[in-house]
Amino acid sequence: MGMTMAEKIIAMAAGVKETKAGDIQTVTLDYMMSNDGTTHLTIDMYNNDLKNPHINDPSKLVWIVDHNIPADSPKTAASHKKMRDFARENNIDFYEGEGVCHQVMMEKYVCPGQLIFGADSHTCAYGALGAFGTGVGCTDYLYAMVTGTSWLLVPETIRFNLHGALKEGVYARDLILTIIGKISANGANYKVMEFAGDGLKSLSVSDRISVCNLCVEAGAKTALMEVDDIAMDYLKSHGRSPKALFKSDDDAIFSEVYDIDLSEIEPIVAKPHFVDNVVPAKESLGVKIDEAFLGSCNNGRIEDLRVGAQIIKGKHVADKVRFLVVPASREIYNQAMEEGLLSIFLEAGAIVMNPNCSVCWGSCQGVIGEGETLISTGTRNFKGRAGHKDSFVYLASAATVTASAITGEITTADMLK
Amino acid sequence: MGYTAIEKIIGRNVNKKVHAGEIVMTNVDRVMIDDIMVAFVKEKFEEMGFKKIWDPEKVVLIYDHFLPASQVDDTRQFKAGNEFASKYNISHIHRSDGICHQLMPEQGYVKPGDIAFGTDSHTVTYGCVGAFSSGIGYTEMAGILGTGQLWVKVPETIKITIDGKLPSNVTSKDIILKIIGDLRADGATYKCLEFCGSTIFNMSVAGRMTMSNMVVEAGAKCAVFTADEATCEYCGLEYNDNIKELAADYDAVYVRELRYDAKDFVPVLACPSQVDNIHPVKEYEGIAVDQVFLGSCTNGRLEDLQTAAAILKGKKIAKYLRFIVTPASVKVYNEALADGTIKILADAGAIITHPGCGLCCGRAGGILCDDEVVVATNNRNFLGRMGTSKVKIYLASPATAAMTAIKGVISEP
Amino acid sequence: MSDKFNGKVWVLGDDIDTDIILPTEYLALKTVDDMKPYAFSPLRPELAAKINPGDIIVAGKNFGCGSSREQAPEVVKALGIRCIIAKSYARIFFRNAINNGVLLIENDKIQDLVKEGDDIEVTVGEKISANGNDVSINSLPDNLVEILNAGGLVKAMRKRNGLD
Repeated sequence: MGMTMAEKIIAMAAGVKETKAGDIQTVTLDYMMSNDGTTHLTIDMYNNDLKNPHINDPSKLVWIVDHNIPADSPKTAASHKKMRDFARENNIDFYEGEGVCHQVMMEKYVCPGQLIFGADSHTCAYGALGAFGTGVGCTDYLYAMVTGTSWLLVPETIRFNLHGALKEGVYARDLILTIIGKISANGANYKVMEFAGDGLKSLSVSDRISVCNLCVEAGAKTALMEVDDIAMDYLKSHGRSPKALFKSDDDAIFSEVYDIDLSEIEPIVAKPHFVDNVVPAKESLGVKIDEAFLGSCNNGRIEDLRVGAQIIKGKHVADKVRFLVVPASREIYNQAMEEGLLSIFLEAGAIVMNPNCSVCWGSCQGVIGEGETLISTGTRNFKGRAGHKDSFVYLASAATVTASAITGEITTADMLK
Repeated sequence: MGYTAIEKIIGRNVNKKVHAGEIVMTNVDRVMIDDIMVAFVKEKFEEMGFKKIWDPEKVVLIYDHFLPASQVDDTRQFKAGNEFASKYNISHIHRSDGICHQLMPEQGYVKPGDIAFGTDSHTVTYGCVGAFSSGIGYTEMAGILGTGQLWVKVPETIKITIDGKLPSNVTSKDIILKIIGDLRADGATYKCLEFCGSTIFNMSVAGRMTMSNMVVEAGAKCAVFTADEATCEYCGLEYNDNIKELAADYDAVYVRELRYDAKDFVPVLACPSQVDNIHPVKEYEGIAVDQVFLGSCTNGRLEDLQTAAAILKGKKIAKYLRFIVTPASVKVYNEALADGTIKILADAGAIITHPGCGLCCGRAGGILCDDEVVVATNNRNFLGRMGTSKVKIYLASPATAAMTAIKGVISEP
Repeated sequence: MSDKFNGKVWVLGDDIDTDIILPTEYLALKTVDDMKPYAFSPLRPELAAKINPGDIIVAGKNFGCGSSREQAPEVVKALGIRCIIAKSYARIFFRNAINNGVLLIENDKIQDLVKEGDDIEVTVGEKISANGNDVSINSLPDNLVEILNAGGLVKAMRKRNGLD
């Protein structure tokens, strides 16, 4: 009987020949990523709750300050300090101001075939490079940190066969929102969302990250994509090579299979307050916005900034609207600077922030107030996510977000032509 | 008996010759309201019973302290400002263009001889272009909006003369810190500081801005750098007799005179937690630093970023140190992007934030916690200003800040 | 305002800056009453809760230096501080306090005669009596007395606009 891609990665990490959905395996982890959202809690447990605390292998830990950088209160500064001091003492790779954790991981660490824990739900993004990344809480993280291992229930896989290519003006964000809308916010609970098919080659690595990153919003344990030349080129250009290249066997068992024609996808908006509350963008036109956000681990890459810059070049942000542009990493910030994109945004009246989680994590800079409406390329539109508990978040592509920033109401980019 | 520069500016405004000590009603040429204060100004203005602003063209509204918003209530200030502007026809609004005191001279809102007031103590900055400007509270601002006037007591003037060439590692920041140290934090209370001498004459308007910005830290009501050709070039004006007449008379009367030889200046620090606690950088070298901040209305201009970039070029900041760079305005940010300055700073490891007040006013953008040490180019190191009261803040020049960022310990440039 | 009053003394030092009187973090709270608990918190976090209406602050030189934030005198007023006696004041704070009807007295002798908790008596424009000693004090310039007598600048402007 064939194995899925996820089963193969887990089998390898568990040191077994084969495994199947439903098995529980003890796996050795390749990396454990943690950010300033929760690392201070992990450190407290490590210091206070363990008898003989030690770290199995510090070289497998990656700690990234991204949620509140630069710090916006003594409290966050203190949690950063705790993290920084611990990383320094224990020789843990530590980044501060380098970018949103998942983007930094993609740029510097993730390799095909790896099994990676992240103390953040969007760790599932790593599937874009064929790695099994999954989000865990501090307690699981602590166990993994001390033992280098963890247990895992081998998940079932839902297979998405992608065909064709997205139309002009339609983006990976629209694709994944469409899928989440279709299968609902818990449609992939505990499961892997695997993407394959000829349509995959029409998606850049940036697109793939965008798709995989959001799979947790359908409840998925992780997302996985077959590694092809496009993924390999990205890997090589970042100086890395695969741990192992896997794809699902022809006779692997999938719990469900979807065939998706990419050319049928249209611009989509997820309305408040759930990611699966999706409608065609055309049905949300005219909703007045107070703020627009182009950034996050989902859509803060150079490709997204290029899309936004092209739309806003020579135009101006609407009166009274705040348009936050936040490159997802230092690498992207630098690239955007070289391409002149930052200047385009600044001249248009945008607020260009340093790489961080910004309003996607509603306690970083750029939060919205009572009764305000945000259109965002961030990951979530839960009630209160972006600031005040009585505020509204619409999720959309970089193009729709930028077009909306220009007009001050939800607008698709084609309407500006 | 001759007239000082500030006596001439005020005299021209009130259309009679005035000397220090007189209380006069001035006709205000420009006012600046920032996002912290706008909601309170509106409330007081309406409570006073005014129905319209005396001259909306003279009002500038700037959002900078809360940008980008870090607390959910911050955007309420923007909303209040927007409503106020719509209701009373204010059209000069800057919602994300930079720090108020940078924008006012940069965008041409203040010119030599103008009288300007702002709802922020560092409004004294506009003395850099030969204007009389000072900070006021929101109640007085509301009064001006209704009447176009404000009473002032014509201040006595302390004349400060600096001649000669500065050592290469000294900037205008070191000069003003040294002067504040000599005058003490209350040494110029109610008074005007008039700066002259060849060092000042040869100084850029940006350098003068750093100095005028900080005179309030000696308690001064205002600063005056007599408008000269450099000023006029900066302001896009012709250097004509009308402007020349604003210079102090040779026989003007000063309450005090200080003289400095430029070559005697050394890089200095304002040590925790008073701006007048001034010591040479040399005496504090080696103190470990957690964060370096380059920015603010004091030192966030292009020449400040360039000064730091010249030192940081090809180098990396110390490991585990945060280096936060906040250009003072979008114009500065764009210019620094265009000439490669930002690239040098970013390559060195700087975190570049959007122009705003952020860290300087303690709202966001690099707040610190107990026992941390920061070297910063802004204007205040008061207890708790950038975090808890156990944060140690050393104020320094951009050059000292850059060298310290590389070494990770306080270092002379 | 009554010409004579007495109150309990709180002693503060030199250069009490506006970030001490009210940190930036709390400037945008909805009302001055919301800000009250944070007054003086960087220096003496316990102080705001202990101050009672009618109390008097005795401080050193340069009281209120720093920012133009009018929340500083407003919060002092909201705490019920009857008056401040300091060796000297920073000018913006001085104007803001008068504009809010907060009485400021400039005096550099009283500091040596009182300690925290003492009860002192102030006769406006004349003297302060403390622990058996009298020190004389000056009165304010006329234009400021006018504003104070009107109950602050807002009330003065309302009068001007024919509202009160």
